[in-house]
Amino acid sequence: MGALSIRNVRKSYHGNEILKGIDLEIDKGEFLILVGPSGCGKSTLLSMIAGLDSVTSGEIRIGDQVVNDLSPKDRDIAMVFQSYALYPNMTVRENISFGLQIRKVPAAEQARIVERVANTLQIGHLLDRKPSQLSGGQRQRVAMGRAISREPSLFLFDEPLSNLDAKLRVEMRTEIKLLHQRMGTSIVYVTHDQIEAMTLGDKIAVMKAGEVQQFGTPQEIYDNPANLFVAGFMGSPSMNFIPAKVEAVGSGYGVKLESGQRTHVFPVPGGDGKLKAWEGREVLFGIRPEQITHKSESRLGLPQFQTAEMPIRLTEPTGPDTMVLVPINGKDVVCRVHPAHAGQPGESMELMFDLSKSVFFDPASEQRIA
Amino acid sequence: MADMSVAHTAGASKFGRFIIYGLLALVCLYYLMPLFVMLSTSLKSLDEIRAGNLLSLPGEFRTDAWVKAWDSACTGVQCEGLKGFFWNSVSFVVPAVVISTMIGAFNGYALTMYRFRGSDLVFGMLMIGCFIPFQVVLLPMAQTLGALGIANSTVGLVFVHVVYGAAFTTLFFRNYYVTIPDELVKAAKIDGAGFLRIFFSIILPLSVPIIVVSVIWQFTQVWNDFLFGVVFSSGDRQPITVALNNLVNTSTGVKEYNVDMAAAIIAALPTLLVYIVAGKYFVRGLTAGAVKG
Amino acid sequence: MNATVLSSTTAPAARPARRCRWCDTLDAWLPKLVVAPTFVCSLVFVYGYILWTAVLSLTPSRLLPNYEFAGLAQYEALFDNERWWQALSNLAVFGGGFIVICLAVGLLLAVLLDQKIRAEGFIRSIYLYPMALSFIVTGTAWKWILNPEFGIEKLVHDWGFTNFTFDWLIDPEWSIYTVIVAAVWQSSGFVMALFLAGLRGIDDSIIKAAQVDGASMPTIYRRIIIPSLRPVFFSSFMILAHIAVKSFDLVMALTNGGPGFSSDLPATFMYSFAFTRNQIGLGAASAMMMLMIVVAVVVPFMYSEMRRSRHG
Repeated sequence: MGALSIRNVRKSYHGNEILKGIDLEIDKGEFLILVGPSGCGKSTLLSMIAGLDSVTSGEIRIGDQVVNDLSPKDRDIAMVFQSYALYPNMTVRENISFGLQIRKVPAAEQARIVERVANTLQIGHLLDRKPSQLSGGQRQRVAMGRAISREPSLFLFDEPLSNLDAKLRVEMRTEIKLLHQRMGTSIVYVTHDQIEAMTLGDKIAVMKAGEVQQFGTPQEIYDNPANLFVAGFMGSPSMNFIPAKVEAVGSGYGVKLESGQRTHVFPVPGGDGKLKAWEGREVLFGIRPEQITHKSESRLGLPQFQTAEMPIRLTEPTGPDTMVLVPINGKDVVCRVHPAHAGQPGESMELMFDLSKSVFFDPASEQRIA
Repeated sequence: MADMSVAHTAGASKFGRFIIYGLLALVCLYYLMPLFVMLSTSLKSLDEIRAGNLLSLPGEFRTDAWVKAWDSACTGVQCEGLKGFFWNSVSFVVPAVVISTMIGAFNGYALTMYRFRGSDLVFGMLMIGCFIPFQVVLLPMAQTLGALGIANSTVGLVFVHVVYGAAFTTLFFRNYYVTIPDELVKAAKIDGAGFLRIFFSIILPLSVPIIVVSVIWQFTQVWNDFLFGVVFSSGDRQPITVALNNLVNTSTGVKEYNVDMAAAIIAALPTLLVYIVAGKYFVRGLTAGAVKG
Repeated sequence: MNATVLSSTTAPAARPARRCRWCDTLDAWLPKLVVAPTFVCSLVFVYGYILWTAVLSLTPSRLLPNYEFAGLAQYEALFDNERWWQALSNLAVFGGGFIVICLAVGLLLAVLLDQKIRAEGFIRSIYLYPMALSFIVTGTAWKWILNPEFGIEKLVHDWGFTNFTFDWLIDPEWSIYTVIVAAVWQSSGFVMALFLAGLRGIDDSIIKAAQVDGASMPTIYRRIIIPSLRPVFFSSFMILAHIAVKSFDLVMALTNGGPGFSSDLPATFMYSFAFTRNQIGLGAASAMMMLMIVVAVVVPFMYSEMRRSRHG
């Protein structure tokens, strides 16, 4: 029995189809991330799971119950909003126990639950304050406290970290993850930040324009993107897409790369199967910046590594790495090298390409070929 | 606003400031003059009035005119002063203000937090209704009130003021509630609260400023109204504004200007006091309602 | 309510109790139910009544409603009526003067008050208190002030200018102007408040940029600030026009339409014919005309406002 099951759910609003057939399932205790650019429909989907928005067609099940027609309060869910939505006129204690009051939980029980929640989130010293007297991070915790006080079977988070500054965001991210480990409740979490998606989720659904582009674990999505959009969306800095011709080389096939008046043909390990059909044609060669580094002696000779010398257009030191921009096939390609080995703009340097994880896309359909 | 005065040199600005303050003070006098004139005239005897002029101060402060205005001045056929009419006004103003404010609050809440099909249409209708000259509803309303048997009564006046005041109060509350994030209502729905509970537990406590604005605005409008009063009531059921007008325009005998002025001030006192005590809310009401169109 | 476990490693706790089905449906209908009475009232008592008055204006009703169809006879009678024409021309004079002077005074006062004045709040509240008064009180006060015998004329005489006359109140040519004087006193503070709010909404940095560009203060006012107050001009205009058309109380208290009908306005005309002269049909026609005048002013404004908001 899955914790949440979304089957062919569609949503139309005033004739516009916002969600075009969503299929997702998670097991109990899993952390599902809905990630995508703004306008992709992720918040709408979350609203529909919560019961704040109606379902045009399709089925949503929480636990094993179809909840399409249930109002939010009957769905055994709790939600944390982007703006926290704490009741301004109530103290933190009253905020947390508001839902309990409505369900006519006895006062003693309410007090116990509030105390438990306060301990879990370390907000005990804030219980008698009003939201206006709290900092952003504290409000976030209170919002989460309100959600966990009801011990629902599903937590919903709507971009809860967007309003925090960068440092606080990282802290709270960790807290949310710890909370999940501790409580084990299933979570559906909406964000536009792919780093949050990667770090927090057990499963990620990448969405665009009302459709799920890919659904899988973070590592799957990172290593095996289904199409150009997913490949470019996940990972920062994002994947390089180099338009390149497929050529036969050695016993297999490879891609032709031109840089700085030199031409290289890199054989792709294991690519002979799928790339064969594309011989002579142009594909989009996807390779992540961390797969292009400085030359490392220990890797020379291994089949998936290819070296080439390329001219440097720009360098961007980030501290732990230096991003080096080289032109390949007319595009600026980002490479991640160790600062000690980085060259200077105008010079050339030797770069090592790890082709074991490279991916290839059809330029027209943007789907993955290999 | 930009620190305009700093743009000038020190010397020029002093002179400029002097002019500005001078103008402002002059204008203050212009605004205060009628009030002063009313007050001082009301404290003079008729002889003093004839002998002196508008700005001369009363020799002795005589309160006869005030007593007469309150107790025994003639307002048409009766000569009972304004006291009865003062309480008439109170008797319909208070219920009208309370009821129209409550209605406005519920309407504003329902229209902003529960967008249903037609909510914008309803709001638009109400707004347009604010703009009509009331002359176009006087005749039918007079007929209706007569038919319902409440033609010359407190209930009738309360009814009329509530019906035509609800649009304004709804506008105030609606413009206020749109600034409240609707995630608050969503969170409450998930917590299990229903329509009424959300209103009383969450929205209403947040509404105190706008309730004050609405009450003050409505009080001023309804107390100061003349048109509905003169059309929908007569005789001893009239509001104080109508009685004042009758008092001043009675052409029998000698014109007692001091009594007229005292009566005017009595009629103006409640709204003036409200303004002095809570004027900034009044201003908020003006700009909130008006600027939105 | 469910069990007291922290983590849900045990079987899912009991669902929260479900309310009755129809409670939920009722709750869903509540917003509409709440708004319904006001909606119905608006429909009936505003729009329905307008229709009713329109119908009355097409009947020959006199003392009592008489629902025969008389076509546009009442409108013809209306426009044959000299007093109506006087009222209309008075409205034009009064409306024009009132609006222009209020806008000018309001703008001037707002600009002055915007100059970082000490006691600004106090001064502002003095300018605004007339709005708290009934028009009847205002009319009564100004009636006294403009009294031909004991008012301004006597005051100025006492100051030494014995040839000064001020009998506008009883002069048929000038009586309408007294209404302007009193109305401006009452309403210009309000216009000032609107302009002040508008001035306060102007972005500082635009002014500073202009100063850096070398513009003098009067130029900045003329070329930048006042043009950016356009929306305030429009809303003030609309509200003032609205007040002008509805003006009834003030005229009744100040001049009672007199002397004769020289300071009559459509509102007093309507009241007079509908309620004191037993000419319901004619009164209804004049009320409909008043409505059309208001519509003619308000509709273009709303239209331009909507277009502007659509273009951001």
